[in-house]
Amino acid sequence: MLQTVGLLALLSVLLFALVNLAPGGPLAGQGQSRHIDPDKAELLKRQFGLDKPLPTQYLVWLVGNDWMQVDKDGDGTLDSYGTRHGILRGDFGFSFRTRQPVLTEIGQRLPNTIYLMTITMGVAVLIALPIGIISAIRQYSTFDITVTTFSFAGQAIPEFWLGLILILIFYAWLKNPFTGEPLLPPGGMTSTNSVGFDLGDRILHLILPVTTGALGWVAWYSRFLRSSMLEVIHQDYIRTARAKGLSNIKVMYKHALRNALIPLVTLLALDLPYIFGGAIFVEILFSWPGMGRLYYQAALDRDYPILLAVLIIGAGFIILSNLLADIVYAYLDPRIRFE
Amino acid sequence: MNRPESNHPLVGELQASAITFQSASMGAGVWKRFRRHPGAIFGFIVIFILAVLTLLAPLSPYDPEASNLPERNNAPSLSHPMGTDALGRDLFTRVLFGGRISLTVGALVVVISLLIGVPIGALAGYYGGVLDGILMRFTDSFLSLPSFLVLILLSAILREVDAPLFERNNVLTISMVIGVFGWTTFARLVRATFLTLRETDFVSASRALGGSDLRIIASHILPNAIGPIIVEATLEFGYAIIEESGLSFLGFGIQPPTPSWGNLLSNAQEHFTKYPWLAIFPGLMIFLSIISINYIGDGLRDAFDPYKVLEKVGEV
Repeated sequence: MLQTVGLLALLSVLLFALVNLAPGGPLAGQGQSRHIDPDKAELLKRQFGLDKPLPTQYLVWLVGNDWMQVDKDGDGTLDSYGTRHGILRGDFGFSFRTRQPVLTEIGQRLPNTIYLMTITMGVAVLIALPIGIISAIRQYSTFDITVTTFSFAGQAIPEFWLGLILILIFYAWLKNPFTGEPLLPPGGMTSTNSVGFDLGDRILHLILPVTTGALGWVAWYSRFLRSSMLEVIHQDYIRTARAKGLSNIKVMYKHALRNALIPLVTLLALDLPYIFGGAIFVEILFSWPGMGRLYYQAALDRDYPILLAVLIIGAGFIILSNLLADIVYAYLDPRIRFE
Repeated sequence: MNRPESNHPLVGELQASAITFQSASMGAGVWKRFRRHPGAIFGFIVIFILAVLTLLAPLSPYDPEASNLPERNNAPSLSHPMGTDALGRDLFTRVLFGGRISLTVGALVVVISLLIGVPIGALAGYYGGVLDGILMRFTDSFLSLPSFLVLILLSAILREVDAPLFERNNVLTISMVIGVFGWTTFARLVRATFLTLRETDFVSASRALGGSDLRIIASHILPNAIGPIIVEATLEFGYAIIEESGLSFLGFGIQPPTPSWGNLLSNAQEHFTKYPWLAIFPGLMIFLSIISINYIGDGLRDAFDPYKVLEKVGEV
């Protein structure tokens, strides 16, 4: 626990330093600072507290400045208490671009990303499970060899290319035989003219992004399950189960699969942060208003408050999911005990 | 990973024979097993052809960067096997020059990650204790970052930089950025080898003979990690190519007019439904090289792990 806190603290220092030591400084994205007149830049700097030494600035970023006097109008004298609460109290500041609180921006995008990513990961797991099991049980069969080849391909296809090709095939080339319209929509979460909640329309808009996002995961999870299944199959207790005359199906599903799933569940826990960060390429290709696109836009604009918030929260999620994976593993596998 | 212990009499014999040909020549045994892997041979041939073609790219009759407006957006034909782009440039030539960039970035990233990761892993594993604690926490902190997002941030910042050697996200800048996040696997791998070997008899023997720490680290322990390092380096080469094309696709990587597979795809995005060849070919090159590299990695993993390959061909 202490280690986790220490790790986050170290990361916050690293990221803060990165942004503040970057050429152009933290105001680089603020209204084309390259053309701003120097007096005004000085004023802005005083208003944002950027004239203070870096350690002070880091402290303000962390715990806020509502307990100290700041120079609010930028005239060079301290005149009132600050209004920032600091990231430790959940204040990630304001987006440079939209002037909205960063958490509001994230709050608008996060549900869309969670919606897309849970479906993507869910579909991936549902497809990967049978594939992984069958290829392990029938190792080196035609099925196994075909699937292995496909999963090598699936892991090697870049998402951004797969998405383009799918749009090409299902939007540009294939037409709906009845209406003559493109078979699938090229992007967005719903049709612009749809009213209320239209399940069919939602599903149509999910097919391409979910396929693009899920293919790599299917390949990866099915490979992983296959190898953990193979490892389990060679254990002594499987031989014992066979020796006492259990049917092959019972041995595989009751004895082997349950144990082979433990590493996969752990792996799923480790991949949870993707549900927060989203799939940046999928969101960009299919105009999906989620976290990935928020981050991409922020990077184009050098919108540091957003970038830092996403990175810090993302790192928090990664650390938490590592912890979760350890706990899940220990819970599912009674051979593992933490001291 | 735990390998099941087998009491079958053949296993001991096979392991013994594996050891004999390892001691005859490690390289020969590895090569012998590598050849048995059809995917690896396929990958090796593809990468070899690709490397030769990109080296020969300047022989192309077309200029990769000069526009030729009368010939813009031509479909693939005999004179332009991959068609031409919106400025009339031959796509095949640009793909080959882009391949130079991608392969160079891949190689540089591997070198940079090795230069950072191997010393960190060796020091942590060999000396242990406080140094190990510090170095591994440092490694952990890199592993807890959403690395592709940080790559985006770094390259977005560096895109504005015009310093000598690093101007506007050239190959060196992008390789450094990716390499800075690519070394952690090497550090962990090398550390694990050092942890298991530092108490062995041959290390004590070398120490007793007055071998310095540097000598023990570099010429006694490190060579034992060479197999996994090579496998990991191969895979890292592939990741680096994907990451570079991803960054370039987003516009944060290699900057046009210099072609890279990623920014070729990015340029294609606007009109790719009308001119599909612009999107198909650059992506196909990324796909082909990644799948080949992964196959090579898989073949090497088997080659350095004799037990596994024997199991595969049904001899155990």
